[in-house]
Amino acid sequence: MTVLDLMSGFIAELRKAGLPVSLTENLDAMEAVKEIPIEDRQAFKYALAATLVKSNSHWRAFETIFEVYFSLRGPEHQIAGEMTDAEAELWREEQEMQQQGEGAAGSGGGMDSLTPEEIAQMLMQALMNGDQAMMRALARQSVQRFAGMEPGRPVGGTYYLYRTLRNLDLDNMLDKLMEANRDQAAQDLTKLEERLEKDEFESRIEQFKQEVEAEIRRRLVADRGAEAMAKTLRKPLPEDVEFMHANKEEMQSLKKALQPLTRKLAAKLARKRRHGRRGPLDFRATVRSSLSYGGVPADPKFKYPRPSKPELMVVADISGSVAAFARFTLMLVYAIQGQFSKVRSFVFIDGIDEVTDYFKSNVDISDAIHRVNTEADVVWVDGHSDYGHAFEVFWERYGKDINPKTTILLLGDARNNYHASSAWVIKEMQKRGRHVYWLNPEPRSYWNTGDSIVGEYGNFTEGVYECRNLRQLEAFVEKLA
Amino acid sequence: MENRFESVEQVREGLKKVHYLSDDGIAGVVFLAQRLGKPILVEGPAGTGKTQLAKSVAEMLNARLIRLQCYEGLDESKALYEWNYKKQLLRIQADKNSDSWSQVQDDIFSEEFLLTRPLLEAISSPDPVVLLIDEVDRVEIETEALLLEILSEYQVSIPELGTITAKQIPMVFLTSNNTRELSEALKRRCLFLHIDYPDMEREKEIVLTKVPDITQNLADQIARIVRSIRQLDLKKAPSVSETLDWARTLMLMGIEDIDAQEVKDTLHILLKYQTDITKAAKELSVDK
Repeated sequence: MTVLDLMSGFIAELRKAGLPVSLTENLDAMEAVKEIPIEDRQAFKYALAATLVKSNSHWRAFETIFEVYFSLRGPEHQIAGEMTDAEAELWREEQEMQQQGEGAAGSGGGMDSLTPEEIAQMLMQALMNGDQAMMRALARQSVQRFAGMEPGRPVGGTYYLYRTLRNLDLDNMLDKLMEANRDQAAQDLTKLEERLEKDEFESRIEQFKQEVEAEIRRRLVADRGAEAMAKTLRKPLPEDVEFMHANKEEMQSLKKALQPLTRKLAAKLARKRRHGRRGPLDFRATVRSSLSYGGVPADPKFKYPRPSKPELMVVADISGSVAAFARFTLMLVYAIQGQFSKVRSFVFIDGIDEVTDYFKSNVDISDAIHRVNTEADVVWVDGHSDYGHAFEVFWERYGKDINPKTTILLLGDARNNYHASSAWVIKEMQKRGRHVYWLNPEPRSYWNTGDSIVGEYGNFTEGVYECRNLRQLEAFVEKLA
Repeated sequence: MENRFESVEQVREGLKKVHYLSDDGIAGVVFLAQRLGKPILVEGPAGTGKTQLAKSVAEMLNARLIRLQCYEGLDESKALYEWNYKKQLLRIQADKNSDSWSQVQDDIFSEEFLLTRPLLEAISSPDPVVLLIDEVDRVEIETEALLLEILSEYQVSIPELGTITAKQIPMVFLTSNNTRELSEALKRRCLFLHIDYPDMEREKEIVLTKVPDITQNLADQIARIVRSIRQLDLKKAPSVSETLDWARTLMLMGIEDIDAQEVKDTLHILLKYQTDITKAAKELSVDK
């Protein structure tokens, strides 16, 4: 396959993964490929990234697809059933050392004769010394030995990864390393040193895991072809991940994406507030500035409208499936709380509790969220969502605090377990407050199915918004402030 | 262009000579930018050496650095060019009687009366220059349009005078702190480079290069502690410049080997929020 074919397949896949690659960027990439040889894989990768990826949050998606399409290129990335010379050399040395160490049991020959325990032992040594080449070689060998990969077997990469790592007992590797390190050290390590050592080992183990993953991917690509492989690996971009179905890893990437986003949002909102349309003539300021022109009002000044900042009340359902969504919305709202004159937040399942204090300025937001999850008193009877009861209690306790400047945000999927809706509370809220909005993390097509009664509540709000991912959430918050 | 780079390796070596330690990504993109004659949009957390990269490239190429600092309210009279009104007035008054109007008009809109601002200066310079457009995310999205012509065509159109085309293609760096999304039009014209915090090895090298007389051992400890701190969930992770400040402080204090207490006492140089300091102290178990 020529580079050109490879490139067009690669770019098509980038587009399918949601990266906006324009025609000019495509052409630039082609130009770039001419300048940098494909054999220099790192430089080649960065050259492609520089021309094709224009946002850091898309980097991961790019990297994955790059690995799939170009992993079989370049001499050092041949699929090696057999080892390269350098590796073989390494093996021999290592073997000799092992044999000397153990004295007897000259197993001889290749590593097929090594038991999993011995390989794990060698891995531990390599991790201990941070021996990169050895780690790479071991990653390759372990995949070959333990993953049990067969051509055409319709199993995902994660299964092979799991099998390989389980055989190496990688979960306990960190503890073992720490222990060995403690034995080795001349004197007791201080807590600080211990912590640093731990971080070092963790990063090495992580690196080894990545080597294993890369090896598995290479083999899978060789077996199935790049296109099919890319398809199975295709993941939504961070801003498109659905709150309700995000797994742990996606949550992490969401969290990472949230921070720059809040910064952007805050800057944008502050700018919007300052650059409102021009107001009426400011007579006083005009006369003042006319003095420097000898009393001629040459430079008229205008009043800029200063819209008052809204007060915000966030009322969030934090039960089960919608908890993640509530968490992200709270994080986002508090990250830009400077844009509101006051933010109060309430969480409920079937009981309701105010959590504003947890977010008092200066406190770490993730700490606060943690406290919301553990300390807030939100269970009344059985810990199943009861919107009706929660709203009634809200009205009773906090209803009087709603004033014409208050904007109320209701977060939840409105799955009420067939309890009474108490929608009259929402109606009252709307009468007394400035705006009432409902944010629903469910896809629009699920609304009002089963026990969802979002329509009933929605009648009394100014709008029910679908907020399945960061992109939609961001668009809403921007509109709000 | 005369001094073209031969290879990525050459760029990296060149940058190293002027005390800028690049990695594969940085060197590769600089190389590519010069080969393709495209501007580089550099993005990344504050204090990771975005501006320094432009300065170092200028030093490496022996080129003059022309810098345009962006801010809200930047307009073309400050970025591109402006007519020298006072001089024009003088010119008109000087020969009030002699010349015909049309000649005066031709005269006062000539290059003699043009004040060049950074962008125009960069392309009209006969010597090689490096143009740095700093913090481009600070200008309004409408003002970005000012940059588009110069970034893609390396020319400036002045209505009264015509188009001024670059005598040589300058290397252009744009930096952004990512406080807002830049327009598609701008991004499309640039190569994109994200400079993140360096990995441990590189950070250690940076400390060794930038802080004279520091020992290997101390640099290694510093790099490791900073890495551990960056892994925490902080409001503001320590930047490279803060790492360097810290290293210099430790040097001044005459510390050869950092212990927990010293870390705790000097943590405020690395971290700027009280909550972050408390958290880091707790996590690194230096707070007993």
